Amino acid sequence: MSTAMLEPTVVANHQQVSGRGDAPRLEMLTPEFPEALTHPAKAEVRHLNFWYGSHQILKNVSLEIRERCVTALIGPSGCGKTTLLRCFNRMHDLYPGNRYDGEILLHPDRVNIVASHTDPIEMRMRIGMVFQKPNPYPKSIFENVAFGLRLRGVTGSELRDRVEWALRSAALWDETKDRLRDNALGLSGGQQQRLCIARALATMPEILLLDEPTSALDPIATARIEELIDELRGQLTIIIVTHNMAQAQRVADFTAFMYLGRLVEAGLTRDIFENAQEELTREYVLGRFG
Amino acid sequence: MDANAVQSADSPFGLRFQGAESNAGATLVRRARWADRAIAVILGAAAFLSVFVTGSIVWMLLTETVHFFQHVSVQEFFTSKEWTPLFANPRFGIAPLVVATGLTTLIALSVAIPLGTIIAIYLSEYASVRIREILKPTLELLSAVPTVVFGYFALLFVTPVLQKLWPSLGGFNMLSAGLVMGIMIIPYVSSLAEDAMHSVPMLLREGAYALGANKLTTAVRVVIPAALSGIGAAYVLAVSRAIGETMIVAVAAGMQPRMTFDPAEGAATLTAYIVQVCLGDAPHGSIAYRSIFAAGATLFVLNLGFNVIAHYLRRRFREEY
Amino acid sequence: MEKMRKAIHRRRQIDRMFQLVGVVCTSIGVTTIAALLVFLVVKGANHITWEFMRSYPSRFPQKAGILPALVGSALVMLVTAVLAIPVGIAAAVFLDEYAPRNRLSNLIELNITNLAGVPSIIYGLMALGIVVYALGLGRSIAAAGITLALLILPIVITATREALRSIPREIREAAFAQGATRWQVVRYHLLPYSLSGIATGVIIALSRAVGETAPLITIGALSFIAFLPPSPLKSEPPFVSFEWLSSPFTVLPIQIFNWVSRPQPAFHEIAAAASVILIIFTLLLNSTAMILRRRARARLSW
Repeated sequence: MSTAMLEPTVVANHQQVSGRGDAPRLEMLTPEFPEALTHPAKAEVRHLNFWYGSHQILKNVSLEIRERCVTALIGPSGCGKTTLLRCFNRMHDLYPGNRYDGEILLHPDRVNIVASHTDPIEMRMRIGMVFQKPNPYPKSIFENVAFGLRLRGVTGSELRDRVEWALRSAALWDETKDRLRDNALGLSGGQQQRLCIARALATMPEILLLDEPTSALDPIATARIEELIDELRGQLTIIIVTHNMAQAQRVADFTAFMYLGRLVEAGLTRDIFENAQEELTREYVLGRFG
Repeated sequence: MDANAVQSADSPFGLRFQGAESNAGATLVRRARWADRAIAVILGAAAFLSVFVTGSIVWMLLTETVHFFQHVSVQEFFTSKEWTPLFANPRFGIAPLVVATGLTTLIALSVAIPLGTIIAIYLSEYASVRIREILKPTLELLSAVPTVVFGYFALLFVTPVLQKLWPSLGGFNMLSAGLVMGIMIIPYVSSLAEDAMHSVPMLLREGAYALGANKLTTAVRVVIPAALSGIGAAYVLAVSRAIGETMIVAVAAGMQPRMTFDPAEGAATLTAYIVQVCLGDAPHGSIAYRSIFAAGATLFVLNLGFNVIAHYLRRRFREEY
Repeated sequence: MEKMRKAIHRRRQIDRMFQLVGVVCTSIGVTTIAALLVFLVVKGANHITWEFMRSYPSRFPQKAGILPALVGSALVMLVTAVLAIPVGIAAAVFLDEYAPRNRLSNLIELNITNLAGVPSIIYGLMALGIVVYALGLGRSIAAAGITLALLILPIVITATREALRSIPREIREAAFAQGATRWQVVRYHLLPYSLSGIATGVIIALSRAVGETAPLITIGALSFIAFLPPSPLKSEPPFVSFEWLSSPFTVLPIQIFNWVSRPQPAFHEIAAAASVILIIFTLLLNSTAMILRRRARARLSW
């Protein structure tokens, strides 16, 4: 597969990246995960604005999320990356004073996630989330994973099978299979976070949202989570917010850089880090501010 | 559905979840949503009940008091110095009941406020954590003892002891009722005031210590001013408890309405009068029945007055760290 | 230099003196509890027997007992608990988890704070007019239970709200993010995790209710009752009966008040005995609450 064949897709979906391409740069465009560019969109953010009270946090953000790829949102703190992430499962609706304007279309049925007539609960049923700090329920390991399944009416042996499957998917089964009845708060921080991932995977979400999932973990636990994300690549659409640029480079197929509520630039991760089009992006990835 | 499924090219993700797709799952989710809405209404009704309770209290006191004033002139109520609704020739001056309430409250506060404040300073600034953890709950037991038992203690223990020192003291007297009531409300003052002092940031104290102040100076000059609104709230609660306290005064200060400023005598407070009428047989709708609501309304207004004043004081002296 | 040393010395002495004053003041409180307990036990010692707990009141102090008062207290507490616990928890959940921040919820909150400061005898007057007469429940166990339930409602609500607030926001968000409805979050997470905090508040509230006297005198609890309310269990179907709810009754604190009010010293002795039993109940409830509170605090390490 030649890189030239890929170019039209790039042009169509990543306007900020494309347009100025010459031959040597196309070399750069070869993704680490070669099929990434052939994947259709799973979600499209279109002209999204978001306010808390009178404070506008997201300003005209447009971004495409590719199916079964890992997309990283990066940017200095306060840039709106977490706010954008939390729009995908309407978490803002839990607090008063939120206002959405624009669209996040979820494929294949092209439902607008942030439309006021869209039921946030249905969106949360379809989209899983893992938080900054591991937040297992103070219940048994089994019950932590089972809760989401029970909400969806799964019972009996199917429930047990799915819990096991989810724990295996999160690479936690071997460590926990003999202590499923133990309280989840007894696990280490890294294990707790993998449990939270298992909890999210159990219900087979269409998109998995990761909000700085390793910021509270030590380097070894972080490496395990990153391995896990790597294993899930190609099977599940993942959006990860991270303040750690090395992490974005390690795990993401695509990266979007945000600054002051705006999306500055988005594209293949290698492009953003090595060949960014915008001065601001270059400065940020070089660590000149942030 | 095993681990290998994850590795296969046909990922289970991205497909719509079966549970939500199938009819059973969708029904379940829809039912949960309806249940949520129905339950919100029920919970809201429970919360609203408290407003209804307040409404009932105000309504009852108001209507019966209005009826009361159809028989009794307002002037009589506020100016007469006798309260004898059950006599053949009844008089309806609220003053004796209010004076007795004020006097017992004053005695109680003169015990509870100094002792409670000193205990709070001691627990917050001097006592070690372990001592505090033991003493605070022990003192709180004082407010757990049923008040009728305190009444008994005042009447049959404190009064005889005081009579040895002061032979002219009556069998029923406001002094011992007030003293015991004061001890009972110590924990209301000490615990709340201690909580307030405890939450004053260490940083403020360190400033004073750095200047060489001792603990007492620090407490008086720094901690107390900073915790003033919390301490004020504790005092208001103490006043509230003392005004509304019923059984101690009914048992130990007697139930005879009497216009006196002498704490050695017994006299009925507003609350004791209500008890006295309720022990007898006041027919529904009689003037005696209505008079207890008039007494209750007076008590309610006094109590409310203190709380409103406190509210404004708190606003003026709100601490800022 | 000498002067300064003297000043420091004096300040240190003042501190030591104040510490002494603090200890003395605290011990006044503690001594009073001790004196109260010793006085009651000494005075009532002869009467604290099983016989005393199994007998009916009598004109003869030697024969008098507190059986109807014990049964009455237990039944009134049952009604109070059944009403106040669910309603109090429901109101707290509504205010903390459901209610939008608007004027209505602010009003309800302010109102609950104020209700907590209303003297208990005022509740009695309200109940006399509304529960006894307007609702026609009469001077019954049901009326007493309702009165005390309304009285302790603010305590239950406040304790439940505190317990709910101690649960971190992240736990709520985790459950919502999985697609739970608000009620599912409350039912499967918040209530189970705040259980010991809620239980502490409920027990403290009930221990207050069990010693309450004034509001029950106001609604006209009889103090001389030589019979028991009808049994809630029947031998023929449907085996349960709610007749007891409309029965007249007395409770332990009112029985004590009645005996204290009599002139004969012999009655004062049995009043002391009954007081000891009442205090044992309230202290048991309070220490249970304290143990629960400690456990709730220990669990708060999330």
